Amino acid sequence: MKEEFEKRIVTGPDGKQFEVDPMKDYFCEDRPQVHQPNSNTVIEKFMNWARSESLWILGFGTGCGAIEMRPLMTPRFDAYRYGIQWRPTPRQANVFVISGYLSVKTLKRVVRSYEQMQGPKYVVGLGSCTINGGMYWDSYNTINRLDYYLPVDIYIAGCMPRPESLLAGFEQLKKMIKAGECEGQNKYAENFDWYKANQKKIIKDWDMPDYNW
Amino acid sequence: MSDASIYRDKFPQKNPDGTNQIDLENGKFIKIWQGPNHPGITGNMSLELVIQGDEVMECKTHVGYLHRGFEKLMERRRFIQCFPICVRIAVPEPDFNEYCLSATFEELAGIEIPEAAQWMRTLLLEMARLQSFLMWIGGQAGSFGMGVIGQWSNYARDLVLDRFEEITGGRIYHMHMTPGGVRGLAPEGFEKRMEENLVEIEMIMKDIQTTMFENAVFKKRSIGLGYIDPSWVYDYGITGPNARAAGIPKDVRKDYSYLKYTELDFEVITGKDSDAYTRADLRRREIHSSIDLIRQILAKMPKSGEYMAKVPNVLHWKIPKGETYVRSECTRGEFGYYTVTDGSGYPRRINVRGPSYTHAVALMEKLAVDCNIADTAGLMVSLHTYPPEIER
Amino acid sequence: MKELIARLKKQFKITDEVYQKPDQTYITVPQEQAVALVTHLRDYEGFNHLVLLTAVDWIEENLFQLIYLLNNNDFKADLGVRVMIDRHEATMTSIHHLWKAAATYQRELKEMFGIDFPGSPRVDEPFILEGWDNIPPYRRDFDTKKYSEETYFPRPGRTTHDPAEYMKKKLYPED
Repeated sequence: MKEEFEKRIVTGPDGKQFEVDPMKDYFCEDRPQVHQPNSNTVIEKFMNWARSESLWILGFGTGCGAIEMRPLMTPRFDAYRYGIQWRPTPRQANVFVISGYLSVKTLKRVVRSYEQMQGPKYVVGLGSCTINGGMYWDSYNTINRLDYYLPVDIYIAGCMPRPESLLAGFEQLKKMIKAGECEGQNKYAENFDWYKANQKKIIKDWDMPDYNW
Repeated sequence: MSDASIYRDKFPQKNPDGTNQIDLENGKFIKIWQGPNHPGITGNMSLELVIQGDEVMECKTHVGYLHRGFEKLMERRRFIQCFPICVRIAVPEPDFNEYCLSATFEELAGIEIPEAAQWMRTLLLEMARLQSFLMWIGGQAGSFGMGVIGQWSNYARDLVLDRFEEITGGRIYHMHMTPGGVRGLAPEGFEKRMEENLVEIEMIMKDIQTTMFENAVFKKRSIGLGYIDPSWVYDYGITGPNARAAGIPKDVRKDYSYLKYTELDFEVITGKDSDAYTRADLRRREIHSSIDLIRQILAKMPKSGEYMAKVPNVLHWKIPKGETYVRSECTRGEFGYYTVTDGSGYPRRINVRGPSYTHAVALMEKLAVDCNIADTAGLMVSLHTYPPEIER
Repeated sequence: MKELIARLKKQFKITDEVYQKPDQTYITVPQEQAVALVTHLRDYEGFNHLVLLTAVDWIEENLFQLIYLLNNNDFKADLGVRVMIDRHEATMTSIHHLWKAAATYQRELKEMFGIDFPGSPRVDEPFILEGWDNIPPYRRDFDTKKYSEETYFPRPGRTTHDPAEYMKKKLYPED
């Protein structure tokens, strides 16, 4: 654990001394909950339609697949016409595109950003690296299977996938959301302990709470 | 309160080595992380900034978010198997990786590549330079709040990528240069389609010139930002446009001419003022120089002929013991591969010298100090750093 | 280049010179003379650009080869200075006072090879890896495939059909 997360006594600007325990004071310890769908199917269908038509992607280029995001934002492929846009902060996003391989150091930040996103949220695994490690299957620093650490809703295969296949993947994601099949967030809450055990197995210096609200 | 250190001085105390004295507990400084999930950072890396007011007092670069261990992975792959993975080292311009790696293998194994293959490689490298600069200019404008430039320049980049697709079959990763030559020559009618695209790119560049380089906001924010003293160039190992903007004519294409650059007519572009604006303007001129070079190459290159030298069976290829270093001028500076072989079927060690290695770590940590926090993104982009080549 | 090497030989114990290309030469010097030679080259011979600093692991001979690749832009020449250091007590004098950029290379070498450079700024801070508790990964005795299979839940079903093995049996049985 880093020094700045340890319990210590701090002198404030006014000269008073007080104790700080960052892990308790700064973070909330609650676990995520499973969200039941609305009992009225008409309302639930309407809400799924609304969710599917505004996919806001977190602009976090975790790997080399992020290079194809730029053409996707610009006039040639223009994903904005499908209601897809990029947001700078996890609080405003609901789709997390894992663009390629994840090194252990990035996985820690990815877990944190994913948990900070507002539900309902979806994970898109991009490229063959997220499926089985791709060409980094024997690397000591990249994960092999993304679905052991985050609940993946859809994979887009390729190394790297072309913008056309990304658009097709997002269309497929929309169909799945409309049909109510994208329950990754609930899956994460149900199997929370299993996901956390897997994450903690490879992230050696775990210095954050179990769930980052 | 008797302790005077908590009152706000205009400037913090200096350490003997010129860095600022930081005490995070006294409430005067704030530590913030810019990145890895931040729109104002190039790629996946982070800056640990300590700020006072809105001035940066200390900057530390953190890399390693994209580390895949290429140098280790290549040690347990055959020579030909290195090519699919080596292109992933610098994603926006993978061709320089292919060229340097195949050139080291060819040199150590004593293979001469045919004339047509050399021209083809030169063409691919120049096209890679063009598309990378086009992407960069959008990033530089975006970091100063001008989103529309990125829309135009990325459209222009897509045109170049189409031509890449025509030759190699890949949009981003081409893997077209293999030891012994290239995998194929340009298809019929390529020159005509390329010329059409070049004309269109020149038109877009003209618009970018007026909207970006003559824009008062861009000028106001970038002139004087991130001044690199010419005396730092050797101390910090600065190469490429960053060094040329400081007035030092370092260009690997001229100094250590490789492939067919001796037969092409171009000059080393230098700047004077060495700030972010000069660097941006220099790269704009590089785009025009690159367009000119592509035209020259297309006029001079042979349309047919042998493009692959005789290479031993690549799955059972043993290169004799030796070591060499091959460099090329990529968009960011000197890009090189240092390869050691030990006579077996696998490389002993491959080390990649990426220009961002010095630009993003030692230089960025120096330049960011005393810079406004809103300008760190623009400063970072103006150094044209790219994290995967720092950590490989 | 040959004149330069002859000139240097008067002051330093230079062995194993390899003239790789007309503008590229590699030489070996003993560990205690390395920093003196690099300083001499920088100050008096104009080799003022540190191209790269890296290491090669010769595990069979129990040695690390450090290589300082220096470049002289006036004469357009490269000189690679090789230094062989012991693999078990891998310690080398730091050159961060000569080039600011060298500190980064030395941080990487400390982390990836375990070669210590006492006195180099921030040399003990992690550079690339985070929370690494194994042997340094670029050493030859670190098996990345085994580590990956043990740690990262490999997806079952990956079978390897290595054509090279088959071909070796058929075409090159003597190797």
